[in-house]
Amino acid sequence: MNSPAQASPRDATPAMSALGPDHADRRLRRRYAAERRFRALGLAAILFSGAMLCFLLFDMAANGINGFKRAELTVEMDFTTGVLQVDPAQLEGPESEGLLEGAGLKDMVSLAAVRTAGEIAGAELADTAWREVGRKIAADPGMLNRKVALSVPVSDDLAAAVRGDGDPVLRKEAARLAAEGKLHRAWDWGFLARGDATSPQEVGIWGALKGSILTMLVTLALAFPIGVLSAVYLEEYAPRNRWTDMIEVSINNLAAVPSIIFGLLGLAVFLWLFPNWRSAPLIGGMTLALMTMPVIVISGRNAIKAVPPSIRDAALGIGASRIQVVFHHVLPLALPGILTGTIIGMARALGETAPLLMIGMRAFVASPPDGLTSPSSVLPVQIFLWSDEIDRGFVERTSAAIIVLLLFLLAMNSLAIYLRNRFENRW
Amino acid sequence: MSPVAPFIALLALALVAWLVARGKAQALQRGSGTRGMHSLPSYHAWFVALATAVPAGLFALVWSAVSPGLVLGRVLQAPAAGALPAFGMQRDTILSEAHAIAAGQAEAAFTPLSRALVPAFEQALQHYGTIGIVITLVLGFAGGAAAFLRLRPGFTARTQVERTVMALLLVASLVAILTTFGIVGSLVFETFRFFQIVSPLDFLLGTHWSPDPMGTVGLATGETYGALPLFWGTIFIGAIIAMLVAIPLGMMSAIYLTQYASASLRKWVKPMLEILAGIPTVVYGYFAALTIAPAVRDFGRAIGIASASSESALAAGLVMGIMIIPFVSSMADDSIAAVPSAMRDGSLAMGATRYETIRHVLVPAALPGIVAGIMLAVSRAIGETMIVVMAAGATARLTANPFESMTTVTFQIVAMLTGEGSFDHPATLSAFALGMVLFLVTLALNVIALRVVKRFREAYE
Repeated sequence: MNSPAQASPRDATPAMSALGPDHADRRLRRRYAAERRFRALGLAAILFSGAMLCFLLFDMAANGINGFKRAELTVEMDFTTGVLQVDPAQLEGPESEGLLEGAGLKDMVSLAAVRTAGEIAGAELADTAWREVGRKIAADPGMLNRKVALSVPVSDDLAAAVRGDGDPVLRKEAARLAAEGKLHRAWDWGFLARGDATSPQEVGIWGALKGSILTMLVTLALAFPIGVLSAVYLEEYAPRNRWTDMIEVSINNLAAVPSIIFGLLGLAVFLWLFPNWRSAPLIGGMTLALMTMPVIVISGRNAIKAVPPSIRDAALGIGASRIQVVFHHVLPLALPGILTGTIIGMARALGETAPLLMIGMRAFVASPPDGLTSPSSVLPVQIFLWSDEIDRGFVERTSAAIIVLLLFLLAMNSLAIYLRNRFENRW
Repeated sequence: MSPVAPFIALLALALVAWLVARGKAQALQRGSGTRGMHSLPSYHAWFVALATAVPAGLFALVWSAVSPGLVLGRVLQAPAAGALPAFGMQRDTILSEAHAIAAGQAEAAFTPLSRALVPAFEQALQHYGTIGIVITLVLGFAGGAAAFLRLRPGFTARTQVERTVMALLLVASLVAILTTFGIVGSLVFETFRFFQIVSPLDFLLGTHWSPDPMGTVGLATGETYGALPLFWGTIFIGAIIAMLVAIPLGMMSAIYLTQYASASLRKWVKPMLEILAGIPTVVYGYFAALTIAPAVRDFGRAIGIASASSESALAAGLVMGIMIIPFVSSMADDSIAAVPSAMRDGSLAMGATRYETIRHVLVPAALPGIVAGIMLAVSRAIGETMIVVMAAGATARLTANPFESMTTVTFQIVAMLTGEGSFDHPATLSAFALGMVLFLVTLALNVIALRVVKRFREAYE
């Protein structure tokens, strides 16, 4: 853009007479060097941000991949000996677990584990191992006439030994069993289907995920209608007076209030009104709805503003009422923009943790919530709770939960970008 | 009976009303010819449906707020309630436990007293639940019938419906004001209660912070509620360390993107910054605690700072700075874009290099906008919670050593409110006082920043 010929005369003329052409050249070189340095600095800033993002994502992915796995021991079960006396026909019902326990399945699994893995490692099965064997038997009762090799989860201590931490004796055992091919890390699809637990081998993400989904539904059901209706009112009908100014100022300020303050509001108002619904998705959703509503109002107003006035004039001209103009013409045209803003607001609400901690959503909840008023956890809070655990096994599980959360956010943001590109009108 | 039952019944009734009214209106339309009706049949239908649902729905809302008190009153008259403790935490626990069992939200009772109260609760819930649903439905039916009788070919149903819609719009936009009042009201109320126990001067200027949420209330004096170390920690992490990272990186990114980068690079970098802005703070917090904090501690030990802790202000501030980069960058981007291009072109035409143009023309011209953007970034950084909760530590310290652990206002709000302390304890109330300070400071920063931005925009328009 600016060649040396253009740049030099300004300072060259007076300087040259006093100090000679050499000096002007040097000065010019210095100025260009500064230009190049500055440019490199700008690029470095961008590269640094990009590198930090890649580092963060890589850090989570590297730990998180292992979080979807767990250590399992392959146990040889011989059902042909007739030790387990159960009628296969009775295994259909919900009481099959009790039936198998009564028939001594638990001891049988422990014995088989000791036989396959030796005294030390054989005692290190997860508490739930026999239940998983029971479920497999219930799914395939024909197993009771065969010898089978089943893969069952091991205890936290042995799982730690597989990773290379913990008790040296167990570590040696783990190395031996791994070399024999009996102990391995297997994909744990149950992670996506179980609730929270105290042992990293047994935890699952489904309880928190379901809580997040219920909370988001409440947030959407409250924030979307209120946000869109206020955006319509402020943009189309509101008279210019002090009240309208107050509403606008409130909305702009609410959009900038730290999220933890909304948590204080939820604690002081919602939990005071409904003390029985502590840590319920309903209260969480209400709190997040107040936080999301200003985002929807602001993006909704921009989308409505973008609809050209000629459309309103045309509709008014053929006799539509002011309400009909907006609800039949302006709103449908503004909808893609409003939806984009809504999804972005919802994505932010999905990752929000602090206000939910305030209203008590940090309790240990083992079973997924049944409804909007039963105690529940949500994904980001679950991540926070697991990150506080001491057991090393939780590090991988936490990263896995973060991957699940990031995938949901990615899906929501992609949907918003798709809507923006596909439906947004350029007038 | 579920608390939403009256609303579901009412919705069903409104649907029936809508269908019946539309049938009637269509019959009227056939009878009166095409020019005879004032409004379309669907407006008649909506009018009747609204008349069914709105008054009865309002009643059901009020009833759901009032009935718990009525239920409690009736239960307390039952003979089993005589054995309850007179007041206090235990009484509340027993009552809420019995209520939860009777409502089917819980299964097992922990105290025999609450088990004895379950039948009384069940009976009272049944009683008032039935009264509520019956009155709701009667009101809905009466409203619907009254509206139905008004349907005539000349009836101005559309005007009526539109008036209701306008009222609905106004109510929706008042929610924002209500929320603001709710925030200010609850903060002021609890802060006032806190200041009755601890003097505001002790709170704002004291240098020793060690409240004990489980301690007895009588021992709590102003001496353990000096919040100055918290304010310092917040400013040190959010406004100093984080900004030292975010301002140079954010500004340089914005300048490079607007002044140097090709369109194809911008196409890649903008979404990258959006991703950086969209990552939840709990993920940043985990990243800080798991990866950055140990690295910072090892670095601190390596350069000979023995007190370097595994929870440090530096780790939290660094990660917070990275989180704020996209924010600073987009604010700087907007401010630079608002400078008229004539100024830039003039400078370049005079022979200045691009660097000189940026440094001596663009940045000074955009400075008010940039400063406002930085103020907004600071307000966001000091309100940020999860990163400091996970990485900054709990010890209140007045120190300038970034390798030591340091606590912030938001950390202490979380710490005071997530324990098991009672709601009347000064430690719990202090969280609201801290929230009040945080709210006022962020509000002031935002109001000033938005004013500056507005004036600055006007100057160039």
